[in-house]
Amino acid sequence: MNNDETTNLPIPPGAPADAGDAAGVDDSGAPPEESRVVFASQWKLMWWRFRKHKLALIGGVIMFIFYIVAAFCEFFAPYDPSTRDVTHILAPPQTIRFVDEDGRFHLRPFVYGYRMEIDSETWRRLYTPDTEDRRPIVFFPRGEPYKLWNLIPMERRLFGLEHGRAYLMGTDQLGRDVLSRTIYGSRISLTIGLIGVLLTFVIGILLGGIAGYFGGITDNVIQRIIEVLICIPHLPLWMALSAALPGHWSALRIYFGITVILSFLGWTGLARVVRGKFLALREEDFVVAARLCGTHETSIIFRHMVPSFLSHIIASATLAVPGMILGETALSFLGIGLRPPVVSWGVLLQQAQNFQVLAMAPWLMYPGLFVIIVVLAFNVLGDGLRDAADPYSD
Amino acid sequence: MVHFILRRLMVMIPTLVAISMLVFFLIQLPPGDAITSRLAELHAEGAEVSEAQIAALRARFHLDDPMPVQYFRWVTGFLRGDFGYSIVQEQPVNVLVYDRLGYTVLIAISCVLFTWVIGFPIGFYSAIRQYSASDYTFTIIAFLGMATPNFLLALGLMYLGHRYFGTTIGGLFSPEYMGEPFSFGKFVDLLKHLWIPMVVVGMAGTAGLVRVMRANLLDELQKPYVVTARAKGVGSLRLIFKYPVRIAINPFISTIGWMLPMIFSGDAIVGVVLNLPTIGPLLLSSLMTQDMFLAGSLIMIMSTLTVLGTLISDLALAALDPRIRYD
Repeated sequence: MNNDETTNLPIPPGAPADAGDAAGVDDSGAPPEESRVVFASQWKLMWWRFRKHKLALIGGVIMFIFYIVAAFCEFFAPYDPSTRDVTHILAPPQTIRFVDEDGRFHLRPFVYGYRMEIDSETWRRLYTPDTEDRRPIVFFPRGEPYKLWNLIPMERRLFGLEHGRAYLMGTDQLGRDVLSRTIYGSRISLTIGLIGVLLTFVIGILLGGIAGYFGGITDNVIQRIIEVLICIPHLPLWMALSAALPGHWSALRIYFGITVILSFLGWTGLARVVRGKFLALREEDFVVAARLCGTHETSIIFRHMVPSFLSHIIASATLAVPGMILGETALSFLGIGLRPPVVSWGVLLQQAQNFQVLAMAPWLMYPGLFVIIVVLAFNVLGDGLRDAADPYSD
Repeated sequence: MVHFILRRLMVMIPTLVAISMLVFFLIQLPPGDAITSRLAELHAEGAEVSEAQIAALRARFHLDDPMPVQYFRWVTGFLRGDFGYSIVQEQPVNVLVYDRLGYTVLIAISCVLFTWVIGFPIGFYSAIRQYSASDYTFTIIAFLGMATPNFLLALGLMYLGHRYFGTTIGGLFSPEYMGEPFSFGKFVDLLKHLWIPMVVVGMAGTAGLVRVMRANLLDELQKPYVVTARAKGVGSLRLIFKYPVRIAINPFISTIGWMLPMIFSGDAIVGVVLNLPTIGPLLLSSLMTQDMFLAGSLIMIMSTLTVLGTLISDLALAALDPRIRYD
């Protein structure tokens, strides 16, 4: 039939559900939009449904941007995360301006330099914007040389100042740029969620699949294990496990250790979803048919059953990522996760744990804002995916 | 009913045994044992420790017994209400935990109540006014509440309290009541401090429950019996409260089980930030000093409370929901 032709047409505006009457499904004279829906692949139907979920779409775009920034963080961050500027310790964030003190508009955005004085009583540094010192922001300047992914030597950054340094999110106690550190930190914080979920994915599908497919005693044992793990408060268990990581491990090993620890508990939710789907699908006609044809069990599972609920699993996995990110942040914040030379959002927030510091420099909480945005975006995206995962339901 | 309770209690036992094994495994996990870290500490203080003293310490805590024997001694101690001995702090765990446990349970209970008192009306309102401006507002707030890590919320509140009210938020008592015997004044002071950890720890759970309540009630409101009742002219509020709410309210009871681990997790980190006299900060400090027996006992206590909470919510659910059979 005209299957190929119709599915290759551009996507219609909004998937029409009741454009025509039920009479014309097999009729070649059916309205083109309806046949497009009838012949569209499952993934296409899901995309149509997902697209209608505007909030989820926004969440997806935000996450895409965050991961791009994390992937090329060396380029997006204006400075190296460990460079110290001892002349600007705990400097407040600079505002990006277009209009100067005299009311003149400048097309090129600029920041004001700092004027610093030391309070004679408390010895605190007080910074005020120096309106005499206008510093235009330039794009793609040559900055400190760096190696993209530790491989490609480069020296252009996304933005910077012609002279001096810009601190759009202020500096920390050692005079390091909070913005640069947050951008570098996103690489660790965001990938730990992804790798963790990947691990969770594997364990969850494996154990959930085994439980759901074989049933009986196997199912019972796995179910009990899940129940036991659910009864233990996650954070305390994570804390105990990560405190047990040997102190002499390298940063990379600690990173993978934390990831494994996070997925050690995370798989239970996914395994339950997979098990439920397996139980439901096991009796479906196409599975019975495959079995009667003598198809091998692994082949039944991975060729026939997994694809039919993969979309659900992807949605569940998306919803599991924020938990992982929050877990890493919490552990590092408490000082038993990743440790300082490594930059992650939790490590950055650790500085804000000291209340005296926080009262002086509230901008140290900025990385927390990014945590919230990312978790929010992932939740919204996951919700949208879950709604779209079953395109045949109403 | 009695039979049902007994059977549920029987099911609890293997769960608790499995948890205790896992926790005992945790205790053994760090390289070295409690004595090694205690020795390191003593050395740092400049104290000389002789071989004989080490041997005496090891013998005192039975550290050279085979693993199964050690496990058995530890677990049977639990049954007798003896939670072991903190080698680093040189005190029985019971003494260290006693006060803190009370405050932890207090915070947990107030969190559950807070979650219900706030979550129920908002979820209810959002469902009956679906897609209204207030529904969207509550939905956004709920999503924000779920996305904000509780320790960040605590930090934010502390900062705001300092910035705008000039007070330091934290702890459960004002300095003048610290160490005082319990009195009415102290109780009022406790209430003044309690609401912050309550809101901070309960926030995510409340937000989640609002979403669940809304979804459940919406599902229920579309069912044919509601439509029928409406068609017959039953008043709308009475109609909603008669059956749909009673069914949608199930999660309020059944989620105590998973709310408790969340609350204990929240306490573990918020307690550190807000400087609460609860189990959380004690757990962190025990982990920092590798005082694994203390840490293990604390995790075991939290897990046991969770299992008990699940049991209570199961029983309450069975009592309240006629669809659940006892056999």
